Amino acid sequence: MTNKGSNKEEKKFSIWDLPDVPMGEVPPHLQLQRTRVICNPDAPIHTDNISYSGAYASVGVDNSVQPDKFRHNFKVEVVRLNKDDIEFEMVGIDAAIANAFRRILISELPTMAIEKVLVANNTSIVQDEVLAHRLGLIPIKADPRLFEYLSANDTPNEKNTIVFKLHVRCEQGKPRLKVYSKDLTWLPNGSELIKESEKQESKPSTYTSFSCSQASQPEFSNSPICPTDDEIIIAKLGPGQEIELEAHAVKGVGKTHAKWSPVATAWYRMFPEVVLLEDIEDEMAEELKAKCPVGVFDIEDVGKDKRRAKVARSRACTLCRECIRGEGWDKRVALRRVRDHFIFTIESTGALRPEELFTEAVKILEDKCERVITELS
Amino acid sequence: MEHGSLHDPSKATFSFVDEDHTLANAVRFTLNQDPRISFCGYSIPHPSDARVNIRVQTTGDPAKEVLNDACQNLMLMCQHVRSTFDDAVAKFKENNPVEEEAGKPTEMETESDEN
Repeated sequence: MTNKGSNKEEKKFSIWDLPDVPMGEVPPHLQLQRTRVICNPDAPIHTDNISYSGAYASVGVDNSVQPDKFRHNFKVEVVRLNKDDIEFEMVGIDAAIANAFRRILISELPTMAIEKVLVANNTSIVQDEVLAHRLGLIPIKADPRLFEYLSANDTPNEKNTIVFKLHVRCEQGKPRLKVYSKDLTWLPNGSELIKESEKQESKPSTYTSFSCSQASQPEFSNSPICPTDDEIIIAKLGPGQEIELEAHAVKGVGKTHAKWSPVATAWYRMFPEVVLLEDIEDEMAEELKAKCPVGVFDIEDVGKDKRRAKVARSRACTLCRECIRGEGWDKRVALRRVRDHFIFTIESTGALRPEELFTEAVKILEDKCERVITELS
Repeated sequence: MEHGSLHDPSKATFSFVDEDHTLANAVRFTLNQDPRISFCGYSIPHPSDARVNIRVQTTGDPAKEVLNDACQNLMLMCQHVRSTFDDAVAKFKENNPVEEEAGKPTEMETESDEN
């Protein structure tokens, strides 16, 4: 241990000679500040991360997160996974990085969405622009990794555009007709609308120039491109009304427009920790159990007709702070959040599986770093 | 991405175009982890410009090198996150071979769901 300050002859006082100075570990109150957000009845405190590596150098603690240390501490556990959503826990990662993943998921992962709508006929009461907007928001089941971005002076081709046709008509004398997303039919050969041109003799050209059919590509031959959900209502047609249009889907990111966001939501919450600061027994225990609307607390028998409250399901805590409301309760119960433990939930819109979304998001952050590195050298 | 430093290479501001809090905050975090850093921070000069400025001041090493190392570290962390995540997903799929319907998750999950 460091004992340089005290020299035998000079008998200089050094703080390190005191018996209760912790060396090599952060004192408990600072450790609590460092690893937990404390939720007081009025407002949470110690919300900011202490990220400076030398913050605890004076007590001999290295606050840095070097890659090998990170590798040792980092853990992931999947709680729930199905075709639409995933919930997993990430332990040992800083909010800065967890938040980067979340932000990338929402705004920087590409998907395909309808961007151009060529309306040939629309006699429905839904205006063209509203209809186009509604079509844009329909999630499309197509792997965006198989497509390229369509830039301003590109011609739409089979690598950057998906074409759908919608032609529905409600006949006279029939009841009102609902137009569903399943009525969109994929045109693997591209647009069928003929471009009007001045030169009549030239070969008729359409709005896309596909060199081959998308259906012939192995990725799509087994799973044709379609909207992810069949039952999305696009419009309602009265008798005699008709919609005929062509919709062109292109690749884009959620930053540009939310229709390209591959997630319905992606969010995380810090792991809630509920601590009983003193034994809570009998009536008090009943009161505490009744206070909590999500059933965090249970009551256990401790013998001799005594019953004591215990924290049974702290994960369920929503931080409503009901349990610390009222006189003296904040001295009995402490609500905390574990700073480096995230419960991450991703809800996919259906283009990619939720677990793929997360891996893609991490890859994007890697690409960003790589870009910086190449720019620097 | 440009590099604005004067005669002293240990202090510099880096301007990243087409980046935002996503990268800047993560890089700031990894920079702060480096003991060679004496100060670092970032700012977005104007919300309608897609640009962030990252200020790096070191105790002596060239700021560029330290930033480079920070990005390298962040990349290593990402790679580790990815492999750990893939393992966790594989493990979950192994333990739950039949994909559960969205309607009937296990007891534990319903609780967290409703909240």
